[in-house]
Amino acid sequence: MADTLTTPKAQTHVEHHDVDYLHDGSLLSWLTTVDHKKLGVMYLWSILFMFFLGGVFALLVRLELFAPGHTIMDAEQYNKAFTLHGAIMVFLFIIPSIPAALGNFVLPIMLGAKDVAFPRLNLASFWIYITGALIAVTAMVTGGVDTGWTFYTPYSTTTDGSVALMTFAAFVLGFSSILTGLNFIATVHKLRAPGMGWFKMPLFIWGIYSTAIIQVLATPVLAITLLLLIMERAFGVGVFDPKLGGDPVLFQHFFWFYSHPAVYIMILPGMAIISEIVPAMSQKTFFGYKATAFSSVAIAIVSFVVWGHHMFTSGQSQLAGAIFSFLTFLVGIPSAIKVFNWITTMYKGSISLAAPMLYALMFLILFGIGGLTGIFLGAMSVDIHLHDTYFVVAHFHYVMMGSTVIAFLGGLHYWWPKMFGRMYNESAARVSAILIFIGFNTTFLPQFLMGSRGMPRRYYNYLPEFTFLHQVSTVGSWILGLGFLIMAGYLFASLRKKMDAPANPWHARTLEWQIPSPPITHNFHEVPVITTEPYDYYRPFEPSVKGHH
Amino acid sequence: MSEHAHSSSSSIYLIILGALLCLTAVTVGAAYVDFGPFNLIIAVLIATVKATLVAMFFMHLRHDPPINAIIFVSSLIFLGIFLLFPLIDIQSRDRVVPYGLRIQAQPAAQKQAPANGAAPAAPPAAAEHAPAH
Amino acid sequence: MSAETPIADHAAAHSAEPAFRQHHFVNAEQQFSTSKLGMWLLLATEILMFGGLFVGYGLMQSLYPEAWVAGHHHLDRIMGAVNTVFLLVSSYTMVMAVHSASTNNKSKTLWNLFLTLGFAGGFLVVKYFEYAHKFHDGLLPGRLFSYQGGGPPQQAMFFGFYFAMTGLHGFHVLVGMGLIIWIMIRAKSGEFSSAYYTPVDLVGLYWHLVDLIWIYLFPLLYLVS
Repeated sequence: MADTLTTPKAQTHVEHHDVDYLHDGSLLSWLTTVDHKKLGVMYLWSILFMFFLGGVFALLVRLELFAPGHTIMDAEQYNKAFTLHGAIMVFLFIIPSIPAALGNFVLPIMLGAKDVAFPRLNLASFWIYITGALIAVTAMVTGGVDTGWTFYTPYSTTTDGSVALMTFAAFVLGFSSILTGLNFIATVHKLRAPGMGWFKMPLFIWGIYSTAIIQVLATPVLAITLLLLIMERAFGVGVFDPKLGGDPVLFQHFFWFYSHPAVYIMILPGMAIISEIVPAMSQKTFFGYKATAFSSVAIAIVSFVVWGHHMFTSGQSQLAGAIFSFLTFLVGIPSAIKVFNWITTMYKGSISLAAPMLYALMFLILFGIGGLTGIFLGAMSVDIHLHDTYFVVAHFHYVMMGSTVIAFLGGLHYWWPKMFGRMYNESAARVSAILIFIGFNTTFLPQFLMGSRGMPRRYYNYLPEFTFLHQVSTVGSWILGLGFLIMAGYLFASLRKKMDAPANPWHARTLEWQIPSPPITHNFHEVPVITTEPYDYYRPFEPSVKGHH
Repeated sequence: MSEHAHSSSSSIYLIILGALLCLTAVTVGAAYVDFGPFNLIIAVLIATVKATLVAMFFMHLRHDPPINAIIFVSSLIFLGIFLLFPLIDIQSRDRVVPYGLRIQAQPAAQKQAPANGAAPAAPPAAAEHAPAH
Repeated sequence: MSAETPIADHAAAHSAEPAFRQHHFVNAEQQFSTSKLGMWLLLATEILMFGGLFVGYGLMQSLYPEAWVAGHHHLDRIMGAVNTVFLLVSSYTMVMAVHSASTNNKSKTLWNLFLTLGFAGGFLVVKYFEYAHKFHDGLLPGRLFSYQGGGPPQQAMFFGFYFAMTGLHGFHVLVGMGLIIWIMIRAKSGEFSSAYYTPVDLVGLYWHLVDLIWIYLFPLLYLVS
């Protein structure tokens, strides 16, 4: 590789080190980079584009539901629109969002490392992601998919359209996710700076590490599930086909063995970001550091034994349902530990209400609602009533969008100055955050009401008595869209400015704030030696990084 | 580099190969004897002994940092979880109409059985016995 | 674990800068152990991926034991056993190749890699004859199943699993052969020494996993009745 230091010439060496990582802006240097920071930024733009695309489909779905019957599209187009919304948001946006974009950028710096353990693998995983995205787009253009993002059999083995191509795209994207997770685990184990023991790692690392465990252990099963599905379509093997003696519920076992842990691939990094923002913005030592660190790992492990709660109504045995229902409640314990610790960390802190903190506070409220409704749905008897209704749609969006996406936005605003060396317009950011909060709740709170009154999910049409709530929800989606439009405006505007961000705008203590904004190519002039805890705000600041400023 | 990982003389590898080949002979031999319900258990047990030998010696887990063995073993534990729960489900599920072959096994008890027994060469005959979930 | 940190003294690291060391590692030892850890993680993903097929196979066997017995009677135990021996011996030659590379024995490394390649090729040749036989008899997955000899209809499903499992395994053998050729080329140009033989070691680990999976595939597909 180009950056293998075979013949380090002292002079050029130092100059190379002093340049910030954005300095070489040629297209080729971006497309072939093995720098984790550039890869993080490329992931960021890719997933933001996918978020935009998925968001457009979401707005179309909500617009169609503005009135009963035909509004802007027919039923088949509606099925395709919500499938594309789900598949894009899950496989192309949320799963890579925090780990691949923000994690790639921040994780090695937080550890005091120059890069991730396998930089070339990191580049490969980015291009595998792009390949998967292109295959997915091809599947959309050539026929579309109408199965929902879960590809349930037997419908997915019999319906027309590009199901095989779309599942193949998910298969490819899975490999990208596996390689990212593998890279992060190896990095955390092997590339910590001197003095950085396991319990001196920032909590963001613990969260991403737990996520990586799930990525490595669960994603391969998705690959094999989709392979079986493709075989089912091609050869009619019959494993999932009741006509041939197979078992369609088995497909759901296979699918959710991956996809339930995958839900935690989505939420754990969100929690990890909140664990950074809360102590920094409260200028207070993290309350219950070890409990929070272990709760991340606990969530990762428990996530593997609860998948059956997606299948209470799909014909699994009552015994299996009861076991899964009991196990599901376990998730509440580590999640609650985290919430209590965030709140306790804020207590008597000197809280700044800058945009990242607004998002963290929004997260606490929305995750509270999303998490508690999850406990309702984990109870088998309640779930039987609510399972195929909008209640689940609302719960899912409170956790995935209200928590993960909000945390992602918090992280984006928190690390934006570090990534690009520029501050965004703070008042615009606050306005947009508040609009997003209002828009989100207007969109999804009515869906809890509709669901508990029996509005089925995935339906194209609905009874007239649901019209008002559907219309409130659709109006909410417009407010949400406006909030994101403003955000796009001020973020792009900030990129046109001169670099003005200070090294540490939030007075935070973790390593990435002790180097310039944007960081230099190799992150650190000298390997930092860590002597302090990541959040010891109770005592004067002693930087671990030497040789800057 | 961790020279100690390869300090054991290479003759140990030959001994392991011998053991693996012997176990292969044993497992093939055992397949010709019917142990009833223990057939599967014996075969998997022998395979596990062989796999352990390969992992410990050929893959050097014996000398590696423990983390590598932890990764290996945890992948097997999670595989066990993956097998366990669907197995619980499938074994404890009430079937409204039993699966095709169950019908064949007890033809008198089921109304659709004769059709299947009469046409063994046509696989799609199983279509009639679609289990209703 | 909390006190120990992987990166040793940075100053010491600059004393020797071997060509293979990448800039973000402090020393060769760290790079080697990191590569091995990464490889083990990759192997864990392989185990879970194959594991999915094993789980499906096991569950369906519990539902259709008769079809499974009938299906496996069509498999040739002798060919399966020969292939097992091929893979076990190739695992031995592979570990000898790693050992030779770590003790600076270039010609022995190349010879052992060559033998490994040969046994892998032998495995695929036997596999080819097995597949040809199945194709000839119509023992194929799902709706392609056209065997005229009778038996439970779920044999079509059994052969779905048979081809998926042996096919995926065979694909891994092919990839392994490609990797072995790649490290043979690198070994020939003298890249490896006792100070640096990581690629040989990693390909070795991969090859042993291919063997390990076959160790389970063989009794489950060919032997259990």
